[in-house]
Amino acid sequence: MTGTLILSIYVFVLAAFLGYELLTKVPPMLHTPLMSGANAMSGVVVIGALVLAGATSGAVATVFATLGVAFATANVVGGFMVTDRMLGSFTPGKKERS
Amino acid sequence: MSAEEITQLAYLVPVALFVLGIKRLARVRTARTGNLILASGVLVAVVITLVEMGLVNYTWMVLGLAAGGTVGVITVLRASATSMPQVVARFNGFSGAAAALVGLALFWEEVVFPDAGEGAIGLMGAMAGLALAVSVVIGAATLSGSILAEAKLWGRLSRLTRVPGRGPLVVGASILTVVAMALSLSLVDVRHAALAILFLLLFSLAVGFFAVAPVGGADMPVMISLLNSVSGLAVAASGFAIGNTMLIMGGIIVGAAGLMLTQIMCVAMNRTLWSVFAGGLDEVASGEGDSYENVVGSDPEEAAMVLEAARNVVIVPGYGLAAARAQQPAADLADALAEQGVQVRFAIHPVAGRMPGHMNVVLAEANVPYDRLVEMERVNSDFPNVDLVIVVGANDVVNPAANQASGSPIAGMPILDVENARRVMVVKRSLSPGYAGIKNELFERDHCTMLFGDAKQVLEDLVREFRAGVPTP
Repeated sequence: MTGTLILSIYVFVLAAFLGYELLTKVPPMLHTPLMSGANAMSGVVVIGALVLAGATSGAVATVFATLGVAFATANVVGGFMVTDRMLGSFTPGKKERS
Repeated sequence: MSAEEITQLAYLVPVALFVLGIKRLARVRTARTGNLILASGVLVAVVITLVEMGLVNYTWMVLGLAAGGTVGVITVLRASATSMPQVVARFNGFSGAAAALVGLALFWEEVVFPDAGEGAIGLMGAMAGLALAVSVVIGAATLSGSILAEAKLWGRLSRLTRVPGRGPLVVGASILTVVAMALSLSLVDVRHAALAILFLLLFSLAVGFFAVAPVGGADMPVMISLLNSVSGLAVAASGFAIGNTMLIMGGIIVGAAGLMLTQIMCVAMNRTLWSVFAGGLDEVASGEGDSYENVVGSDPEEAAMVLEAARNVVIVPGYGLAAARAQQPAADLADALAEQGVQVRFAIHPVAGRMPGHMNVVLAEANVPYDRLVEMERVNSDFPNVDLVIVVGANDVVNPAANQASGSPIAGMPILDVENARRVMVVKRSLSPGYAGIKNELFERDHCTMLFGDAKQVLEDLVREFRAGVPTP
């Protein structure tokens, strides 16, 4: 096993703990935005697709990578937009609403 | 320091933004900024990547970004508040698809195109090769599972839950997946390896399809959050395959978040993940033949008079409210009551609706302030003090059978104890059972009356009658 791989496994395991610890006791109200925001964040896979779309030498790989960029971008852009829309619709109340 | 090392260091910035963003997204006051921080994290990651790549051919990248951006914006603009579960399911599928495509592109780039007379394991190393195959498998399964989940949420394909022999189908597709995985990684002839990985894609799609097929109705929140979790794992697998720490971290944080939500949903239903996948509930307990006695029907006019006497009202929304798009009249009813000085609250069951937090999103869209929403644990002890409970389109989550001894398929499931309130009104289309398929004795209780009809229509009538009967402020 290479050193990089071992480091990657460290990153994987520690990030899993981090993700879990960050998210204990989330109020139920935020379950949907959290899910859709987190999913939009997983659209960061776009950078992997970008590298391949810019650097591949074969046509097939380019097609796959370009499609990958498209799907991931749709996920990022749409996901963060829809989360923002949901969060924007939550109003605290108490003060009079127009 | 090499350019690659600088890039790796620079990725610490978006990683930190992710951690900060998720942390803020989990608090009500800071959620919106948290979301923006997450978005800026992805943007920074993209910029760093582009800078590191230097001058390359941008044609395909720009094409992909433009097409994807357009699809994303259009999807959101066309979505309504009630179709949020569908939108979330679709975006889940998108990230799965992206992870699978990254795996495929990498396979063609590293193995098929060079045609080096060596298999994937020889060229990429066993771990990277395995990660590549795993990202294709999980990504594709997430894609087909999410498409099916979305179709189910639109109300199509609901009969799929009763497909016979689906167990063997899942097992069979899984075995074929493993075989195709081994072949695609080990075959030396690249044409055969390419064929094998395409079969791998096909079998993985089948696994996702057959796994989600039996899940439906009230189990949907569990399914949606699980799909969310695995889409993160697919991204983390792509990260391993291309050796990108950013993807590993981003993916696994999403995976952990989704898993935590899945766990919350399972606890809220008193169901194990396994039983959700097995599909449906025990057939033995099916109560379709059960008949109801002493059910008291009512009409909006009569109900409005009951409302006028109530000082403490709790509204219990369920999926039926979202399906009938009755959130606005429900919000109007709450406003009308509040104007008369009545204490009015919405009691939210954790799995009401079709995704985690569904009711919160639907009611927020109708401008119900969130301090009017109360969680199950906090309202249950208070029901004896409540004059009137109005149940709108919910069934299993208020079924007292859950509190009784075992034997009922929902025994042990935490419910809203609305039967303890002084009066209960149930707005429902008919006496048909909920997802659990069992009789709800609540409907027969002396202090329970039924308002049959479309939830939106009934609530609108109720608001009108109520407003007509009380002095306007």
